[in-house]
Amino acid sequence: MAARDRILSSLRRAAPPGPPLPVLDRVGVSFPDLPARLGEAVAAVGGVMIRVADLAAADAALRALPVHRDARSVVSLVPGVGAATLDAAAVRDPHELAHLGLCVLRGALAVAENGAVWIEGASLPHHALAVIPEHLAVVVDAAAIVPDLHAAYARLDLPGRPRWGLFLAGPSKTADIEQSLVIGAHGARSSTLLLVG
Amino acid sequence: MGHPEAAARFAADVPRTHWHDQALWFMRVKRDRAAAQIPEWERLRELAQEIKAHTLSDLAGYLEQFERNATARGAVVHWAADAEEHNRIVHGLLAARGATRVVKSKSMLTEECGLNPYLEARGVEVVDTDLGERIVQFRGEPPSHIVLPAIHIKKEEIGALFHERLGTAAGASDPAYLTEAARGHLREKFLGAQAGITGVNFAVADTGAVVVCTNEGNADMGTSLPPLHVASMGIEKIVPRAADLGVFLRLLARSATGQPVTTYATHFVGPRPGSELHVVLVDNGRSDLLGRDPFRRALSCIRCGACMNTCPVFRRSGGHSYGVPVPGPIGSVLSPARDPARNASLPFASTLCGSCADVCPVRIDLHHQLLAWRGVLLAGGQVGARKRLGLRLAAWILATPRRLEWAGRISRLGLRLLPAGLAARLAGPWGRQRALPAPAAESFRTRYRRTHGRP
Ligand code: SF4
Repeated sequence: MAARDRILSSLRRAAPPGPPLPVLDRVGVSFPDLPARLGEAVAAVGGVMIRVADLAAADAALRALPVHRDARSVVSLVPGVGAATLDAAAVRDPHELAHLGLCVLRGALAVAENGAVWIEGASLPHHALAVIPEHLAVVVDAAAIVPDLHAAYARLDLPGRPRWGLFLAGPSKTADIEQSLVIGAHGARSSTLLLVG
Repeated sequence: MGHPEAAARFAADVPRTHWHDQALWFMRVKRDRAAAQIPEWERLRELAQEIKAHTLSDLAGYLEQFERNATARGAVVHWAADAEEHNRIVHGLLAARGATRVVKSKSMLTEECGLNPYLEARGVEVVDTDLGERIVQFRGEPPSHIVLPAIHIKKEEIGALFHERLGTAAGASDPAYLTEAARGHLREKFLGAQAGITGVNFAVADTGAVVVCTNEGNADMGTSLPPLHVASMGIEKIVPRAADLGVFLRLLARSATGQPVTTYATHFVGPRPGSELHVVLVDNGRSDLLGRDPFRRALSCIRCGACMNTCPVFRRSGGHSYGVPVPGPIGSVLSPARDPARNASLPFASTLCGSCADVCPVRIDLHHQLLAWRGVLLAGGQVGARKRLGLRLAAWILATPRRLEWAGRISRLGLRLLPAGLAARLAGPWGRQRALPAPAAESFRTRYRRTHGRP
């Protein structure tokens, strides 16, 4: 407590004058074709986007992919998409997910400018499901595409309903060895976005 | 050892210096390409600057708001006045839970505080999980760059290191192969960890969130398995509103590596069920810096590393030559505030070309600050006698047009009459790695008079 009071009072003493907080409603980009732009952005961050008409088509498209065919274990958080072999909600300890082959996630919205998808924390029985599987598939509604992060934060309304979650853009990657891009650092080795509708 | 001596050592290996220079310039080029794709890039930089300037005007208020919101969602907020207190708090949290195996994702703050040696001395194994950081940790070195910790190391050297430490094939240097080996090694560490420590890219006052950005996913791996997450942050990392992240996340990765966004940008709000989230707010000199004009603007830094990638001195001298956890232009502004005597050479490790300020996503006037530091250090007697004499002589010469004219005349004469070796010696460090120019037949002034008459 001593530190807290000391820090706060010295910050107050030192506080310089500053400008008002800028209004952010005049910044942002727009794209004529949001799904097409999203597809380009997803490819640019190392992911793959597949457009499908409905959830049944998403399921069929996913099952046809090697990441599903070859997966020894599958968790699906989107009912009807993927052949789940494991019920994540019944898993007590996330360490049990260590060898998970594929996880199908639900994306709440997708950002056309950068290819990121917002995953609601509440949709994940375990945080680890977003990072521990060998491969990821993310299901997003075409109606849930926003042009940029400003629109994303406006739609998420985090101050109104503070909650945890993450933006996920493509598979895990690193370029720490002589700047050679390597996909699959610690997290997923591939990330497939299934855009529905 | 000051920067010039350390830089000379690095630059003694000429091919390696060129290689390092090119590697960083490549990042600068990628940053330029990414910035050019955003039509309102300059507007975003202005907004980022304004948000930071506003936040600094009421840092105390926003920290309290953050504390209230984070606490309401179940996080525990700690305050540390200095590095020692930070380390004590973190160790206390680990010790109380009997945690001796810890995984850590990138955090310049914990480098600044010397957390690793502190914990290791108390029997805690700390594994840095960012690949570049793990590499330098194996080598027993600090990172040489805040975003690219192992940028100074060649893949063959990493291959040899991994052969010794991880049993990879002798002579193997393929980055994909080496990364895969590190993945397996670090997986084990993640699964065995009893606590995860992370840095913080942004803390949000109006939601109580701490936001951590990585490409590898190591922060998410390290916090989603063990029952304790400790997030350490400097008090300047606060932003008022979640909406401000729209501005900063659009700038951060593009400025750092030319990516549109990092792979993971995780917003932690409270602990996950069955675990704990502790946030340690660290001052360690920041409140002093806030009171110092013009240097307080350095508190706006979002640690993107762009000023390092573009700096002609950094690219040719390497991050280790600065001898501080945050090197490069921003480090040369921050470090003298912390220890002016030890870091007095850093503000001079710049050509003042201003490239750093041009790329900085929050528009810190870095080269002006470096110049201002030179004045402060000079006045404070922290500049060596030789440099002081040189500066005094230059000031005297530059004070009147007549003296400048005479100085020009003398140097042209010297260049013409003296043997090259002697002239170079007299030119001091400037003559060391350069051929001195051929003297002009006449000065600009004389020529102007000849062609235009008296001005
Ligand atoms: S000073 Fe600016 S350019 Fe340098 S690391 Fe900080 S934010 Fe990036």
